[in-house]
Amino acid sequence: MDNPQKSDQGMLWEVFIQASPGIPHKHAGSLHATDARMALLSARDVYTRRSEGVNIWVVPSDAITASSPDEAGSFFEPSNDKPYRHPTFYVVPQGVKHL
Amino acid sequence: MIPVADKNNEPLFHYVLRLADNCLILGHRLSEWCGKGPQLEEDIALINIALDHIGRARSLYDYAALLQGLHKTQDDLAYRRDAWDFKNNLLLEQTNGDYAKTIVRSFLYDVFAHSQYRALASSKDETLKAIAEKSNKEIAYHLVHSKEWILRLGDGTSESNTRTQQALNELWKYTGDLFVCTPSEGPLIGLGVIPDPETLKSHWHNDVQAILDEAGLVKPAATFMQSGSQEGKHTEHLGYLLAEMQFLQRAYPDAVWD
Repeated sequence: MDNPQKSDQGMLWEVFIQASPGIPHKHAGSLHATDARMALLSARDVYTRRSEGVNIWVVPSDAITASSPDEAGSFFEPSNDKPYRHPTFYVVPQGVKHL
Repeated sequence: MIPVADKNNEPLFHYVLRLADNCLILGHRLSEWCGKGPQLEEDIALINIALDHIGRARSLYDYAALLQGLHKTQDDLAYRRDAWDFKNNLLLEQTNGDYAKTIVRSFLYDVFAHSQYRALASSKDETLKAIAEKSNKEIAYHLVHSKEWILRLGDGTSESNTRTQQALNELWKYTGDLFVCTPSEGPLIGLGVIPDPETLKSHWHNDVQAILDEAGLVKPAATFMQSGSQEGKHTEHLGYLLAEMQFLQRAYPDAVWD
């Protein structure tokens, strides 16, 4: 097979659901579909049956480039000993809202 | 405006029963795919749709029981009538066959139900109007689902096209039954309670034609149309369906979850 993600079940798609307006879409899972339109319909049926969302994105799985677990050390560990990057070293003035 | 129903409940009772039986029988047929869908996603989609149909059947049976005035319940109407009392159209009791046949059956009905329930949403009967208004969004989705599949099956591979065309040719003779108008329905049309099937028919033909054209499928030529559902003459398949669907209530009457 040319593309390991293609089968008689169609291509693999990743589904992102927005739970309410204004908040980021969140990865919900994946599914098989023959094209983008059918992927949207299936995503609606598989992932929003219990009113989980107001908007859906579907993305072909092979369009996603992911970081490799082998690189986890060089990617993520250097920040472990840099706690000053967390904004916790100052006092929040009283009366400031929405922080 | 309840008085329309009050004057003479019998014709409206039969019409509501026809609507309800259509939903129940198609819902049951679709539920037979549970766990056997051609792919996981479609399995879930079909069962969602089956549940929509069965949910609508429940509202309609409640209303039918009220119109009948014999203190029956939705379960009495669904599980304790025999085939000759069922008013569902012949198309809906046809067996699932392959996926193409299931989709064609749904598609032919969904196009019909789409105009029928839109019209019912302006019925002079308040209850029918309310049920139709509540159902219209789900019916629109059912049509999107079956139409998208018709386009893909028709315009897919030569095998999917052949199978879909065969299913169309096989089921076509049951479509005339959808538009049969019984003598008792005439006055209801005049009162604005239910839509005129002749109007629904012309919309249906136009819509089906347009989608089949786009899908590369051929609308079967006008042919002999089998009807009879409104006089209790069903195809052999309904009896088997009821035998399975009604088994529990027949074997253990009034059984309840404990």
